[in-house]
Amino acid sequence: MSRDAGQCAQRALTWLQRYAGVRRGLCLAADSAPPRLVPVASLGVSAPRLERYSVDLEVRDHPLTQALLSSTPTILGSNGHGATTPLGPGPVQAIALAPLSPRDLPAGLLLVSPFSPQGAAEVRWLARVLGPRLAALMAARRVEEAENRLQRERGLLYGIINAVIDPILLTDGDGRIIIANSRAETLLAADEDQSEGRRQAVTLNNMLFSAALTRHAIEGAEAPRHEMPLVDPVDGSDLLFELMSTPATDVREGAGIVSILRNVTDLQRATAEIEENYRKLRQTEADARAERDRLDLVIDSVADPILVTDPGGNIVMMNAPAERLFVAVDGDSEEAHRQVQANDAHFSSFVSNLFFEGDSRRRTGSIGLVDPITAASLPMEAISGKIVSEHGEVTAVVTILHDRTEELERARLYEDLKKLSAELEQKVRDATAELVRQNELLRRSHIALEQASALKSQFLANMSHEFRTPLNAILGYTSMLLKGVSGEMSPQQRRNLERIDSNSHHLLSIINDILDISRIEAGKMPLTLVEFLLPDMVREVLAEVEPLIARAKLAVATELDDALPLVKSDRQKVKQIIINLLTNALKFTPQGWVKVTAAYDTRLDRLTIAVTDSGIGISPKDQEVIFEDFRQADDSPTRQYTGAGLGLAICRRLTQMLGGELTVRSALGEGSTFTLTMPRMPQD
Amino acid sequence: MTAGSLLVLLVDDYPDNRDIYVQFLTYSGLRVEEAENGHQALDKAFELHPDVIVMDLSLPGLDGWEATRRLKNDPRTRDIPVIALTGHALAGHSKGALDAGCDAFITKPCLPERLLDEIRAIHGTARARSGDPTT
Repeated sequence: MSRDAGQCAQRALTWLQRYAGVRRGLCLAADSAPPRLVPVASLGVSAPRLERYSVDLEVRDHPLTQALLSSTPTILGSNGHGATTPLGPGPVQAIALAPLSPRDLPAGLLLVSPFSPQGAAEVRWLARVLGPRLAALMAARRVEEAENRLQRERGLLYGIINAVIDPILLTDGDGRIIIANSRAETLLAADEDQSEGRRQAVTLNNMLFSAALTRHAIEGAEAPRHEMPLVDPVDGSDLLFELMSTPATDVREGAGIVSILRNVTDLQRATAEIEENYRKLRQTEADARAERDRLDLVIDSVADPILVTDPGGNIVMMNAPAERLFVAVDGDSEEAHRQVQANDAHFSSFVSNLFFEGDSRRRTGSIGLVDPITAASLPMEAISGKIVSEHGEVTAVVTILHDRTEELERARLYEDLKKLSAELEQKVRDATAELVRQNELLRRSHIALEQASALKSQFLANMSHEFRTPLNAILGYTSMLLKGVSGEMSPQQRRNLERIDSNSHHLLSIINDILDISRIEAGKMPLTLVEFLLPDMVREVLAEVEPLIARAKLAVATELDDALPLVKSDRQKVKQIIINLLTNALKFTPQGWVKVTAAYDTRLDRLTIAVTDSGIGISPKDQEVIFEDFRQADDSPTRQYTGAGLGLAICRRLTQMLGGELTVRSALGEGSTFTLTMPRMPQD
Repeated sequence: MTAGSLLVLLVDDYPDNRDIYVQFLTYSGLRVEEAENGHQALDKAFELHPDVIVMDLSLPGLDGWEATRRLKNDPRTRDIPVIALTGHALAGHSKGALDAGCDAFITKPCLPERLLDEIRAIHGTARARSGDPTT
């Protein structure tokens, strides 16, 4: 016996063909869901006719349904009774196949043709035999089909589950995995042949998963979502999953838990990024606020009023100095309110002009404002600049006002100053012109004076010459007479002649002094600088005045520093001064001593040569005049001492030429000290 | 006056001065010839070829400087020493005199004995220079 219902029915039909003369036959099996008759085997029937053929058993008046329910065989299609069957025209015997158990419906319906009374017993027998067999086979077939369907559905389910990228698992009450999709298997299942690292990762994941499930079980539905960190067994990277677990109760399998793991690693990263962005945003906002605060601080610290205006001409921001001008509060006077309005009107007019001036981004101008509190007039210089957005739209206008009061005041002062300066300049010019005129006069008179001076010097030189010629004769004759060229003379004659000689020499010395002074004044006595030693010079001086010393019968001492340096000066003039001073000392010292001292001051690099005597001395009053021309201390016609009184005048002039000075220290009756101080080297 | 004594030509326009020096120099054993202006001085110098010439610089007509210059430019008189004599004590005078060729310069007043000293000194120098042992 075949296990297949079709084969079994086919064989039964073949048997009937052979033993019951059946030429055409059809075996229909009763199916339960839905209740219908379906062909399982046929004989002599074209296959297309049977395709999709079935009889609905709910249709009770269908001939085949009635035939199935009839306990006796039914003849169909012979006398117009019933419809045509798939077996074609001609009478067809339909006989129900016996059920597996008596309670059941018949197992199917057998249609055979032609009907022959001879074969009726075989047909009946076969229906009895085939029925239970076919019913069992059909039941088995149904089970198999159901299993197949289940298998397909299971496959489909697995396909669906596997197609889900989130790991999905079903675990039993002990946490053991019953079903897992492939993604879950990757994370939580490892074969022996996989690498050690991967196996360890899987072990770790299992532990983590179990822990999460346990926690979930404890916390229950209060927190249906849990974050669960896992390790990617393939590349070892950290993954974060959100675990969603739902208890699933199955009658047969008991309680289980369906878990869906959602990979939120990227989500976490995105969240972190969003948080970071948000933090940055907050930071930027804080920065912007700080910047704004700082800007406010800066703007408020500016002494000049600053205003920001929107394109509508409304003031959107101003610093404290601007508020003073453009804001009035309730407590302010009516006048102040009016001034603020006036200021605002002036300012608005200025700014609106800038909005109308299309191209220029800046505008500088003047506005006359008034201080609302002091009512002082404020000439303001206004500088406005447009703030233009990147789309070229004017978003705001910033205006800085600068009080020009001081500037204007300064300008006015400057103008005054300029005027005064011009006046002063004119005065200076006038004075300068006057000076030039005076200078010219002075220059002319100077030239005249120089000419006069030159004439005087020339005159003196000439006079001196004219004096000398007769004086030469007088001195010459006197000298010859005294030498006895003209023979001897009486002592009285000789004495008188000596008086003539003496006076003649005096006259000559006067003439020589006058000549010296005129030479100095005419600038005809140039300096001849040489280097020399003072001690040598002092020795020479002493030698030259030796006759005078001898006649004066005085002790003359010298006191010379050991360290006298080499001097560079006009030796002849220094010598002339010393001779003069020494001659005077001898002349005015009736008795006592005369001393010549020389010293060197290293610090000042100056030399001092002093002639000190124990003579008659000079009164303080006379000390003032002795250096003047033609002056002696005793100016009276009956004076005791000879001399033209020109010696010290000449000495003073010579000292000046040497860059030195000549001083006297004396008291009447206590002697005198004349000191020549001079530089060691010429100063220029 | 003895032959071989010094012959001095004294040139001065002031008679008294000439007189003093003539008296004294003669008294001192010198021979003296006089000239009272430049031209006379040149004539006598060429004619007498004196040993020393004493030349007052301020002379009427041809002055002492010019006369000295001419003497010094003439080979016949070039070697005769000239003592310049002047009443002008200014520096310019002595320099002008030396430029003109004077051998010495004396400022008046000049005592006769000083002139004698000067004449003897300058003649000695000139003789030593010319290497003439005869005079």
